[in-house]
Amino acid sequence: MRESRSVVLKGGVVIDETGERTSDVVVQNGAIAAVGPDLGGDRVIDAGGCVVAPGLVDLHTHLRQPGREEAETVESGARAAALGGFTAVMAMPNTTPAIDSAAVVREVLDLGAVAAVDVYPTGAITVGRHGERLAPMAEMAELGVRLFTDDGCGVQDDRLMRRALEYSTALGVTLAQHCEVASLSEGTHMNEGEWSSRLGIPGQPAEAEELMVMRDLALARLTGARLHFLHLSTRGSVAMVAAAKGGGLTVTAEAAPHHFTLTDTCCGGFDPVFKVHPPLRTADDVAAVKAGLADGTVDAIATDHAPHPPEEKEKPFDQAPPGMLGLEYALALAITELELEIQEVLALLSWRPAAIARIKDRHGGPIAEGRPANICVLDPREEWVIDGSGGASRSSNVPYEGRRVRGRIRHTFVDGEPVVFEGMAQR
Amino acid sequence: MRHLIATSDLDREELESLLALTEKFVEVSSRPIPKVPALRGRTVALMFFEESTRTRLSFETAAKRLSAETVGFSVSSSSVKKGESLRDTAQTIEAMGVDLMVVRHASAGVPRQLQNWVEAGIVNAGDGWHEHPTQALLDCYTIQTRLGSLEGREVAIVGDIKHSRVARSNVAAFTMLGASVTLVAPPTLLPPSLRGWPVRVTHDLDEVLPKLDVCYLLRIQLERQAEALLPSLREYTAYFGLTARRAELLPPDALIMHPGPVNRGIEIAADVAELPRSVITDQVRNGVAVRMAVLFAILGSAGDARSTAARSEVVGGESSA
Repeated sequence: MRESRSVVLKGGVVIDETGERTSDVVVQNGAIAAVGPDLGGDRVIDAGGCVVAPGLVDLHTHLRQPGREEAETVESGARAAALGGFTAVMAMPNTTPAIDSAAVVREVLDLGAVAAVDVYPTGAITVGRHGERLAPMAEMAELGVRLFTDDGCGVQDDRLMRRALEYSTALGVTLAQHCEVASLSEGTHMNEGEWSSRLGIPGQPAEAEELMVMRDLALARLTGARLHFLHLSTRGSVAMVAAAKGGGLTVTAEAAPHHFTLTDTCCGGFDPVFKVHPPLRTADDVAAVKAGLADGTVDAIATDHAPHPPEEKEKPFDQAPPGMLGLEYALALAITELELEIQEVLALLSWRPAAIARIKDRHGGPIAEGRPANICVLDPREEWVIDGSGGASRSSNVPYEGRRVRGRIRHTFVDGEPVVFEGMAQR
Repeated sequence: MRHLIATSDLDREELESLLALTEKFVEVSSRPIPKVPALRGRTVALMFFEESTRTRLSFETAAKRLSAETVGFSVSSSSVKKGESLRDTAQTIEAMGVDLMVVRHASAGVPRQLQNWVEAGIVNAGDGWHEHPTQALLDCYTIQTRLGSLEGREVAIVGDIKHSRVARSNVAAFTMLGASVTLVAPPTLLPPSLRGWPVRVTHDLDEVLPKLDVCYLLRIQLERQAEALLPSLREYTAYFGLTARRAELLPPDALIMHPGPVNRGIEIAADVAELPRSVITDQVRNGVAVRMAVLFAILGSAGDARSTAARSEVVGGESSA
């Protein structure tokens, strides 16, 4: 049988959470069959000069299905994920309808079952993401949902958020918050400051995010629930999370590639491709996010991959929807922009997010015999220029057009299947 | 010049040459038949995605005095409401053979976006809170005509700076021409950051009035009260309105300006608006000549034979009609 033929990745440097060693890796029957020197197999893939690592895990992907298939589908988004080295993505629940019931969870699971990478639906905290009533979290948790969020907006009501956190503690799940106080951010389209003032675009202050981070830290302390902060973007947010962790609170946090790469000056040409929530902030915030990623305050890089078709991004800045693509660029941006060892970059993109998503049995674990073969192979030195229209996403809202980056995925294996081979999607 | 999107895109030389060109069109406008053939055969689209009577009529008059064809729409009649993308709208209009688009839009940045999508020249007729460059040009021209020059002049811009495209354009233009600009407003009506703005800020109008050469008042929108930016219009008028008492504090030859439409009794007292030093009507009149200058600078200077001829016709004062 074809599937049972073995593949050996020869001569690569294996990097996982246990460390780094030069080793061959044999993949067979969907699992890692052997790791060690001088191994053979039916098919030999030269991994010389490459890093062989656990597949990347994205905590924050908008796959747009059901409801916005013109922007992205589970299939196209999963293909983009595989090209970016991801073997698992958390599908955000702001679909139409929202993933706020067992029925929609099942639909996304079914779509994911035939996709290139593992697709884990996340569930909404509140019905319809309206912030009014709790969604049936237990029913969704029973189907395997481990992360709940109203992403796109935060849960505004203090009491409701308290109850959601309390309720979640019985289910062994994590609540993930998009921190943004609506009364300070409504009607705004970028970061408030020098550039919003100059451009005449209504802005939201960093405090719109920070006030909710502050509240949620207090509620996490009150309830003892597991809380994850989505896409932190400000110096103040990073500082508060650092202080809370220092005080023993078990919260986690992620940052998006655009928040350690781009600033609000990018909005100067009024191109809505640079419109995103939370908005691109200042160079000082970028420095703080980078420092937070380096010192462990921020646990993970998550793409917030948010596809929008061209006609949506060809609206006036204040009418265009927020969001930008990230799956195919996150690894290269992290290698290029963050001054970190490759193992640190992989920690941020693979095993730490896998732990937050509680999927380490399948993703992000060590490259070791018997483990599922969810692996990425990357050349950390290859330089390339980002071409926004050349991606696998159905959309092309890429804010990194023309940017020279370093580090590229060669192959991605999901359950032993090479879903990306020599940089080309295989399905 | 191919486009006029923002005064901050201009350098002093370009600004001054537009003002010099305006002088010529003021002369044209004073003729019995105020029309020249300079832009005959050219088509100007007046694309008003936001309702405007004054600015639209001013541009239309300017284009017609230059013998350009005008086509146009305002938002109530356009397909924009039916969900057509901005890019499609602009490219469709361009395909009809339009040489220049005069664009007014409620959203900041639209003229800049269109610039990337069409070959036609773009003139910004006001975009959201961003810029209104022809207003700044006509204000500069009006001040220059009355006071000789802006060099070393003290100008206060009073009122809702935060939401004002006029303020953004005028700060850039006035300071470029050598004036000192003071912004006078309650903190809630100032932009959140003034970093990079070459201005002084005060909340005390009485303090600045005695040394001003120009007191420039901005229109206050009623909805600012609902947004909790102001307790009441009455309180605004009490502290920031140019009342008859405050007008007395101005030096005798200082100008009073307003981009219109005026809320009499709110930002300016009715009788103050009628004072001889109030040049609000001059502003409107000069608006046509300034817009003629802008349209001509873009369409009449393309370097072909027709435009060279057109230029000599303008300078020579030859009239069609």
